[in-house]
Amino acid sequence: MSIDGELVVFIICGGLSVVGALGMVLSRKAVHSALFIAMVMINLAILYIANSAPFLGMVQIIVYTGAVMMLFLFVLMVVGVDSSDSLIETIRGQRLFGILFGVALAVLLIGGIGSAISGKADIGLIAANDEFGGNVEGIADLIFSDYLFAFQATAALLITAGLGAVILTHREAWRPKATQKELSVARFMVGAGHPGNKPNPGVYARHNAVNTPAILPDGSLALDSVPVPVRSRDDSLIIDHRVVSTVVELVESEDQN
Amino acid sequence: MSGSSFGFFGTDPWWMVILKAVAIFGMLVVLTLFTIWWERRVVSRMQNRIGPNRVGPAGLLQSLMDGFKLAFKEEIIPKSAHVAVYWIAPVISATAAFLAFAVIPFGPTVSIFGVETPLQLTDFPVSVLYVLAIASVGVYGLVLAGWSSGSTYPLLGGLRSTAQVISYEIAMGLSFVAVFLFAGSMSTSEIIAKQQPIWFAVILLPSFLIYVTSMVGETNRAPFDLPEAEGELVGGFHTEYSSLKFAMFFLAEYINMVTVSALAATLFLGGWLAPWPISLWDSANVGWWPILWWLLKVQLFIFMFIWLRATLPRLRYDQFMKFGWKVLIPASLGWIFIVATARVFRDDFTFSNQQLLIAGAVVIALLLIGSWLLQIRSDRKQAVIEAELEQALSVPFDATAGGHPVPPMPGQVLAYTPRRVLAAQSVAGQVIPPALDPTPTEETPNA
Repeated sequence: MSIDGELVVFIICGGLSVVGALGMVLSRKAVHSALFIAMVMINLAILYIANSAPFLGMVQIIVYTGAVMMLFLFVLMVVGVDSSDSLIETIRGQRLFGILFGVALAVLLIGGIGSAISGKADIGLIAANDEFGGNVEGIADLIFSDYLFAFQATAALLITAGLGAVILTHREAWRPKATQKELSVARFMVGAGHPGNKPNPGVYARHNAVNTPAILPDGSLALDSVPVPVRSRDDSLIIDHRVVSTVVELVESEDQN
Repeated sequence: MSGSSFGFFGTDPWWMVILKAVAIFGMLVVLTLFTIWWERRVVSRMQNRIGPNRVGPAGLLQSLMDGFKLAFKEEIIPKSAHVAVYWIAPVISATAAFLAFAVIPFGPTVSIFGVETPLQLTDFPVSVLYVLAIASVGVYGLVLAGWSSGSTYPLLGGLRSTAQVISYEIAMGLSFVAVFLFAGSMSTSEIIAKQQPIWFAVILLPSFLIYVTSMVGETNRAPFDLPEAEGELVGGFHTEYSSLKFAMFFLAEYINMVTVSALAATLFLGGWLAPWPISLWDSANVGWWPILWWLLKVQLFIFMFIWLRATLPRLRYDQFMKFGWKVLIPASLGWIFIVATARVFRDDFTFSNQQLLIAGAVVIALLLIGSWLLQIRSDRKQAVIEAELEQALSVPFDATAGGHPVPPMPGQVLAYTPRRVLAAQSVAGQVIPPALDPTPTEETPNA
């Protein structure tokens, strides 16, 4: 067997896939596992492309790496950023059955695929593609002729699943959602409180300590700008910095004299 | 790769591949520096300022100096960062940005050092899908940056950018479908070849508009720059990044801008084909000239990006997502449906374009009449509903109707319990608006 480009690609990508698969199983953080499996997917995609199935390779990256794995990451990040899986096994004999079923699956897959391909002439994807005039054309031809029913059934299944997810997570609103206009009207209603953000302490002021209230455009103090916890503490003092600065200026001018 | 149309691709000698790759890399870096300068100048002009004009002629070297400064800055890595992922995130982002450019055509076949070669690194039957695939890998950079920083704002920024890029990628992918139908191919060079004599932007205008909208969302640019909304999220996913790693995100953002612009030019504006008055000149589409046309088209889109940034305020996040899912995607699907139907009628049933247009006009007229009738009907129904509601509201609200505590129906006034009356009175003379939940402000004594 001579060393050609495909073999080199296979060794590199296959090796990386194995590393990724092991890393996925062995890493303790769920996010790291997700990253390793994304790596496996990309390497598989490269192998597909190297084997003259560019459409499959691209779709593998777009759908699995780009959408499915990204949603997994999304959920992981929302649920708990730092949670690592507990390693205590709650099901008795989980490990034993896991290994048994794993071996059984491997036997099934190898046996099934092996019996399907043994004894048949090896045409190769290039010849298969050329029959239809290209990889994409070939896939399209098969999907929309021999496998049309399976394709449509899968589509219907996916749409049902999508609709189901929407319905399950849907909550009926018991009052109509307020529009932006209604919200803004409500914000300016009497008794609705301050419309918009309150000024920060220290706005238009010489000091920015939390207990120095902001100055409003008319020169008065905005006591609202001091946070409630500070305002409600007995030992705290709300400092009118207009007075403070006058005192400081007085002292400074006396020092100069 | 099979297929005779790819004869020029995959036959380059190895040094030609390296030469093209390095040239594209260099061009992208220079274009980034130029785009930053251009953006600052244009935004300045639009705001009655002058903009950077000190370093180099007209300030052209400003972004180069800024780049140096950025690279030599002190690097701060947060203690709570997950270091390995924190390191790899900007690398993924920048690498993906560069990779996407491999299939963008700059010009026709030219002769470089005696070798006939197309001005494009490579091409294959699904190269537009390749750009989409690389874009979806690039998102990992943003998400991982947000997650690995170990801080709240980056995490929120990362989540936002994921949701945003995934949603707008769907609209983007759907806008390609009509182009694929018309070009009969997903390879960039063939799509350009099929745009003679008329650009797809003209015959597929809705697709073009949808693509242009979603490309702004896809690149996280204003007015869709919610992942970096500085008023809400500090810097979004790159808040905790500094020095060279931040520079890589910066680079990736600008390269992505160039990439989506180049893709827009390729798919809709004829790529390197000369625009109309110039295309009358015989040698407009041969040799090295097409690079100029290509560059002008790309810069047109980049100018649009800058113009948008200078004029439009940022969208609210829920409105933005709603726009993507409820406007862009259904509009795309409807348009694809129309295009596909029209093509089947024209190609398989040999209708002429004129007949199709007449049929389209009839369909539109029917739709308009139908919607008018529906409107009249819904107006009547609305009147009935309003009358019923008025009648229902005349009955006072019973908080225990049917033996269970129930909330008020829309429009019904909540009964004033003694405690609520007290609270209302304590807010000196202020009346609580009945339609609103009285928000517990700090003025409420029993809060």
